[in-house]
Amino acid sequence: MNCRSEVLEVTVESRQVEEAMLGLLHTILMHRSTGKFHYKKEGTYSIGTVGTLDFDCDFIDFTFVRVSSEELDRVIRKAVSEFKDALSNSGSDGMGQISLEFYQKKKSRWPFSDECIPWEVWSIKVNVVNLANEQERQICREKVGEKLGEKVINVVEVINRHEYLPKMPTQSEVDNVFDTSLKDVQPYLYKITFQITDTLGTSVSTTMRRLIKDTLAL
Amino acid sequence: MDSDLSPQDKKDLDKFIKFFALKTVQVIVQARLGEKICTRSSSSPTGSDWFNLAIKDIPEVTHEAKKALAGQLPGIGRSMCVEISLKTSEGDSMELETWCLEMNEKCDKDIKVSYTVYNRLSVLLKSLLAITRVTPAYKLSRKQGHDYVILYRIYFGEVQLNGLGEGFQTVRVGVVGTPVGTVTLSCAYRTNLAFMSNRQFERAAPIMGIIVDHFVDPPCGSHRPANMGHPCNYRAPDDEDGGHYAGVQDSQEVCTTSFSTSPPSQLYASRLSYHPPTLAGAADLCHPAANPNQVLHAVREGGVVMVPAYPHGTDTHLTAEQAPNTPGSSGDDDGLLHSDEGRSVSPYDPVESLNAFTRKVGAFVNKPATQLTAASLDLPFAAFAPRGLDPEENDPMVQPPDSPPCPSPLQASLHSQGSEGSGQQDDFVMVDFRPAFSKDDLLPMDLGTFYREFQNPPQLASLSLHISAQSMADDLDSLPEKLAVYEKNIDEFDAFVDMLQ
Repeated sequence: MNCRSEVLEVTVESRQVEEAMLGLLHTILMHRSTGKFHYKKEGTYSIGTVGTLDFDCDFIDFTFVRVSSEELDRVIRKAVSEFKDALSNSGSDGMGQISLEFYQKKKSRWPFSDECIPWEVWSIKVNVVNLANEQERQICREKVGEKLGEKVINVVEVINRHEYLPKMPTQSEVDNVFDTSLKDVQPYLYKITFQITDTLGTSVSTTMRRLIKDTLAL
Repeated sequence: MDSDLSPQDKKDLDKFIKFFALKTVQVIVQARLGEKICTRSSSSPTGSDWFNLAIKDIPEVTHEAKKALAGQLPGIGRSMCVEISLKTSEGDSMELETWCLEMNEKCDKDIKVSYTVYNRLSVLLKSLLAITRVTPAYKLSRKQGHDYVILYRIYFGEVQLNGLGEGFQTVRVGVVGTPVGTVTLSCAYRTNLAFMSNRQFERAAPIMGIIVDHFVDPPCGSHRPANMGHPCNYRAPDDEDGGHYAGVQDSQEVCTTSFSTSPPSQLYASRLSYHPPTLAGAADLCHPAANPNQVLHAVREGGVVMVPAYPHGTDTHLTAEQAPNTPGSSGDDDGLLHSDEGRSVSPYDPVESLNAFTRKVGAFVNKPATQLTAASLDLPFAAFAPRGLDPEENDPMVQPPDSPPCPSPLQASLHSQGSEGSGQQDDFVMVDFRPAFSKDDLLPMDLGTFYREFQNPPQLASLSLHISAQSMADDLDSLPEKLAVYEKNIDEFDAFVDMLQ
């Protein structure tokens, strides 16, 4: 099975990085989250309810929908915040990429550790620009809002191709497919990583891997 | 075809499509109410949340949708459409977008109805939630108020896209294959928001179903007179006796929330039994509303709203003037559905307010009020039309008006250029200061005076050259001493840094 890979590219001002990333990551995660599974006898399960809420961006003319889960929002914000800090520390006009990878765990026999097999990777390439005056910033607000809208349409288009999704697991296997640590929603197992390219582009000045969600912390 | 589908599957599929259609309408209409939507996640299934999504059911919307469907289901050649339009306080309307739920002949016979189709419909609803916030009508709907409102109409049958104007765009939300056909959800939206003449709308069929009392007591008939204004008061379902719309109970019908991980032959192991509608337990609408009975409040308080131009279309700017009334006092305008009367309760002269608010070219450039004549305001969508150029004789850039006398400390300032000096008309063009939101009256404009004075503030004493030169020398002399002190306290500084980390 090949991993599906999608790349989205955005150009934003530095203060818009956080909201742009939150918008796209939350949009993807909303589609890749279900309600909590409750397993019953006879191999059946019921699924909880996922609520949604609208979020208005402050620096972009854009509103996105995310899952109503403060826990999930905290995790995503933390990852995006680290990415944003890394981008700003790399100097002005930085470029970077944040990746959201959905994976399945495959149990291996001792002494081998479990394998993480990605089945879908979303890479968001970010190009940060600096703007000279308020008028340009105002135009940028609107343009970035439109661009993000187009990206949401792209995301929806990919997801609605209904390509490979992991099979619904039995109770014993659920942690190999879903992240069951949250109390209100259940996204597929995912991890967020990022890397920064400096403006020279000649070398990757800092490559930082942050495994925000790695349940294999053995 | 149907012969391959078991009776149970067929029944389930019909139910899924029916409730999917109803939920689709709810999502679209709620996205155009002008408010942010918020519903809670629940880890325990309630049995009433179709597709495992917390989407509240507004009873009237469900009623309208069921009326349009009239017992049928979206099928091949029979599409369910939700038309969203904009109606101004002058009575002109413009179709903004049409959402279509269609079915085509392409069947997927191998797909599992109870599991795969259901889950894919759930994903499609999530996509609809996302896409409804992205089309141009969303921003317009968030800013609806006194100048215009957003209306909806549901119809069943053939898709009508004529009202969207030229160059409309289409976005496909998604598709779900089923054994009886492929469900497709898409949206066609207008891109040309330019001025449209009145005559165009006299011929068009009036938009129906715009029930002013959308959020109050259910009507005895299906239509109320359009000029009947009501406070927009959405009562939570708990408050109603639930008996007005049979549809309310209907929508709480059993929804499949049980799935099986067993082999495909065993489709169901259990079903939830029917629960009486515990609508409080259904998706809570957690609006940040001050008054729980005005949950679907749409009027935004105060301020000026500028709607940016949209791509592919016009370079005119849509404006929606907001009256300064608080929501409480103008309750009759709230919400999605609106009275036909031009209830403009703004105390401002419309010419002046348009004059002050509708220009993006510099807040402080004076253009005479005569530019916007009363005649032009009579035209529908006047605010949307491109404005003409100034006649030269009225242009202050060409003939600067006299500046008011302005004693100020500018004279003593290092930077004093006498920029307002009337003697410098050769080099400078006088721009009469009209700060935004200030009144255009005969009294001295304090705000304007303030701006003028503090644009050229006096030089700070510490920054003046001779003083700064002295202090620089002093600083350099004292530098070694300071360094010695810092080195002595180096441990303290290290401890402080560690504390911060």
